Amino acid sequence: MTTEPLLTEPLLSVRGLEKHFPVTAGLLKRQVGAVRAVDGVSFDVVKGETLGLVGESGCGKTTTGRLITRLIEPTGGKIAFEGEDVTHMSQGRMRPLRRDIQMIFQDPYSSLNPRHTVGAIVGAPFRIQGIKTEHGVKKAVQEILELVGLNPEHYNRYPHEFSGGQRQRIGIARTLALKPKLIIADEPVSALDVSIQAQVVNLLEDLQNELDLTYVVIAHDLSVVRHISDRVAVMYLGKIVEMADRKDLYETPMHPYTNALLSAVPIPDPKRRTDRERIRLQGDVPSPLNPPPACRFHTRCWKAQEICRTVEPPLTALAPGHQVACHFPENFAGNPSGNAPSAPADGQEKEPGTASPVS
Amino acid sequence: MSFLELKDLRIHFPTDDGLVKSVDGLSFTLERGKTLGIVGESGSGKSVTSLGILGLHKGTRARISGEIWLDGEELVGAGVEHVRKLRGKKMAMIFQDPLSAMHPYYTVGNQIIEAYRIHHDVSKKVARKHAIDMLARVGIPQPDRRVDSYPHEFSGGMRQRAMIAMALCCDPELLIADEPTTALDVTVQAQILDLMRDLQRDFNAALIIITHDLGVVAELSDDILVMYGGKCIEYGSAEDIFERPEHPYSWGLLGSMPRLDREPTERLLPIQGSPPSLINVPPGCAFHPRCPYADRTAGRSQTEVPELLETHGGHRVRCHLPSDQRRGIWENEIKPNLEAS
Amino acid sequence: MVTYIIRRLIAAVLMLVVVSIVTFSIFFVVPRLAGVTATDFANRYVGSKGATAETVVALADKLGFNDPLTVQYGRWVKGIVAGSDFDTGASIEHCPAPCFGYSFITKTPVWPELLDRLPVTVSLAIGASVIWLVAGVSTGVLSALRRGSFFDRAAMGVALAGVSLPIFFTGMMSLVFFSYKLGITAPGRSYTSFVDDPVRWAYNLILPWITLAFLYAAVYARLTRAGMLETMGEDYIRTARAKGLREPTVIVKHGLRGALTPIITIFGMDVGLLLGGAILTETTFSLPGLGKYAVQAISANDLPKIMGVTMLVAFFVVMANLLVDLLYAVVDPRVRLR
Repeated sequence: MTTEPLLTEPLLSVRGLEKHFPVTAGLLKRQVGAVRAVDGVSFDVVKGETLGLVGESGCGKTTTGRLITRLIEPTGGKIAFEGEDVTHMSQGRMRPLRRDIQMIFQDPYSSLNPRHTVGAIVGAPFRIQGIKTEHGVKKAVQEILELVGLNPEHYNRYPHEFSGGQRQRIGIARTLALKPKLIIADEPVSALDVSIQAQVVNLLEDLQNELDLTYVVIAHDLSVVRHISDRVAVMYLGKIVEMADRKDLYETPMHPYTNALLSAVPIPDPKRRTDRERIRLQGDVPSPLNPPPACRFHTRCWKAQEICRTVEPPLTALAPGHQVACHFPENFAGNPSGNAPSAPADGQEKEPGTASPVS
Repeated sequence: MSFLELKDLRIHFPTDDGLVKSVDGLSFTLERGKTLGIVGESGSGKSVTSLGILGLHKGTRARISGEIWLDGEELVGAGVEHVRKLRGKKMAMIFQDPLSAMHPYYTVGNQIIEAYRIHHDVSKKVARKHAIDMLARVGIPQPDRRVDSYPHEFSGGMRQRAMIAMALCCDPELLIADEPTTALDVTVQAQILDLMRDLQRDFNAALIIITHDLGVVAELSDDILVMYGGKCIEYGSAEDIFERPEHPYSWGLLGSMPRLDREPTERLLPIQGSPPSLINVPPGCAFHPRCPYADRTAGRSQTEVPELLETHGGHRVRCHLPSDQRRGIWENEIKPNLEAS
Repeated sequence: MVTYIIRRLIAAVLMLVVVSIVTFSIFFVVPRLAGVTATDFANRYVGSKGATAETVVALADKLGFNDPLTVQYGRWVKGIVAGSDFDTGASIEHCPAPCFGYSFITKTPVWPELLDRLPVTVSLAIGASVIWLVAGVSTGVLSALRRGSFFDRAAMGVALAGVSLPIFFTGMMSLVFFSYKLGITAPGRSYTSFVDDPVRWAYNLILPWITLAFLYAAVYARLTRAGMLETMGEDYIRTARAKGLREPTVIVKHGLRGALTPIITIFGMDVGLLLGGAILTETTFSLPGLGKYAVQAISANDLPKIMGVTMLVAFFVVMANLLVDLLYAVVDPRVRLR
């Protein structure tokens, strides 16, 4: 578990990361705006931990993952890996780094080339990176297949001969081939059946223990993220709105959005469906093309006041290791920004839930 | 007689690779105002069942047998044209992905108007008014303007609302929702589930909700039917299934699922292996290759298809293990593990 | 939507400019690079019948073949836009805009001749396209709906033959059979204006129409079948059926509408190209259309005529494409966003 200040140097350090996709319109295709997919995201990941990035569609979690792996170029900010600035490193110099940072994709059907055998797929990283193995590539690949729970005899089979869960194992095997230090897993289980999800989640945990891996897990499923993560960052419209240790985040969430998200997850317990307190957000997530000014959540927030529409709340640590970007956080006794009036939500729906009133 | 009753429904598809038994002897009943949740993984036959009830397999190569009784009328043997007239009017369906389930070239309003006018002899103007009312009913803001929007101009949540408006526009008595919230964000999913709960109360329809998400089922269902390999393997009240599940597959589903309402367990308890392909359903109990208790049945699992037997008060289980032994395993081996901190 | 239309219009105009430059280059610049001199051009222009070397050199100068290429191009474009005069030696011929040049071989301006041939080609193209569209699309739809049936296999077999058989073969065969043996259709070589006698017009053209349509219908049947198979598997078809729509409504209103887009595209291209002359069909049936005109111009090496036809074809194709783009926006509302 991490506490601030960090005692060790983080494996991955992201500061003010930005990715704006230009939007053009009109006859001459002039740029009229930008989709602020990722808009000033900062976090650290220390060796051996799992950071969960969670949020709804359009929150920028997937883009963040792709920026870290440099699949797309950031438009601003800084990414440091093992203390070295890799933000704008050239492809050539990135090469050794690509070994260290690997990515697991969501869809085990489209991310494997159907014309290549499992051996070729898992062995490709060796060939591309030109790595000599002690007993040949085949032996190395078979060891990895065994590691992820696949039969090494299936070396010569094609992806379509495997089930969805097995294909995701192949995808994981491919990322493990070069003994990476950091793995970015983008929705690693969301395309899988329930019973298979659990297998893959367990596999990821076992591999982390065995190989001392560090994960950034990107997912929309809050239950899966809680299960697998040490720390969790909640994203909304390109920004991190709350980041904390798993226990703090799920037990005493401070940002109203986090509260709403947790409240929205259906609980598999029919007895509790009547007595549960619910927070229901109105409408959908606004478009990241023209995000609301100041606090981006104010259009859907039941606690929003004037200040939320004018002043953007900074991401500040309100408790040890618990960062929140909100003028009126829940589960918090102090006054986060120092300039907020201590008024109850003005005429809005009374805030349900366990939160203490802002004072 | 029940409002909806399936008796030994079988839907088989002949293919080049062999006979696919998507639905293989399914029976259940459902009353007006009640909700049945059908739970299963991919290839369990749950979606084929829903299309089968609507009669959408009629006139295809599918071999359908058994009986479907809807409000005193048998549908499997009924004529294609007769069932078509019931579709959309007496029974309607909500699909998973509203973006692909709505025609991209027609406005949302047009698609609702079309659904309404096929069953009601009214002018376009009257139907349009009705479409606007329906859009308002499902919580779409400015319905008189949004009625002329195309599906791609709606957000995901709004599209699913429009889809629901379309399904409900002829006031159906049976509503089937196939993974209605799977494609949606969590906060939007919660809105849609609330909406469906409210609408069902108002319309007093019988609702079948088909999903792989146990949370969604628990939120809405009165009764739950768990499908595996084209068969019902456990059926009971929602409380039975979540509090006293008796089939090892149901235990596996519960163990596979990380839950927010409990202390995080150290490890999930997954089911080994993968769901069977419907072309090659294992002989005997279809679940036996993945079942950790198959060795306790003295070989019957591999050879003999278990019967769906009632254990108590409408709770039915398809398993070779004796009922008291199953209860013992659940209480002593499974339940404590699920709640471990 | 307005932006979309304006952008398409500008693109169409730009396209025509590009085509004119390319056409000019092919006929004037490329030969230059290959070593053809101004005198050679002049020779080709007059047909070199009995002209002395000095006359030809003087003529080359007079016709402007020694001017810089840009000046020549400018003069050519100016002729199209504003008209120009040609000195034939005996007289000065005025060629009003749009002037596509003056043939010194036949001593005629090109444009009136093109106008003269156009009705034949337009009649042929329009008639044939209606036939192939109806026949091809309906065959394709039926094939898709009864996939694997006897009808499907037979139709696709015939379609394969239609695509593979050259038009001069099918044209000749049908002429021999229907016109000469049975005598139920016109024997070719004949064209009556629609304005004069519509029945005669159709009677004369029916065989070329069918021959030409057979070739295209085959392509369209295959295309429609593939498109229908794809759209009929879409989720929204299932929705349409779940609403209780009648099957014909499902097929036409929901299925076919979805499958139309690629057909519109290729239809625009095909009609555009055909309006510039169906060379093989017109030759086979000896119809005095643009295609035949082009063939004659090419064999006579009559440069102004060849360039005239080329520009006309380009114009039709660009216009057809413009029309297709606009139709897209009508068919698919998502296109209007762009």
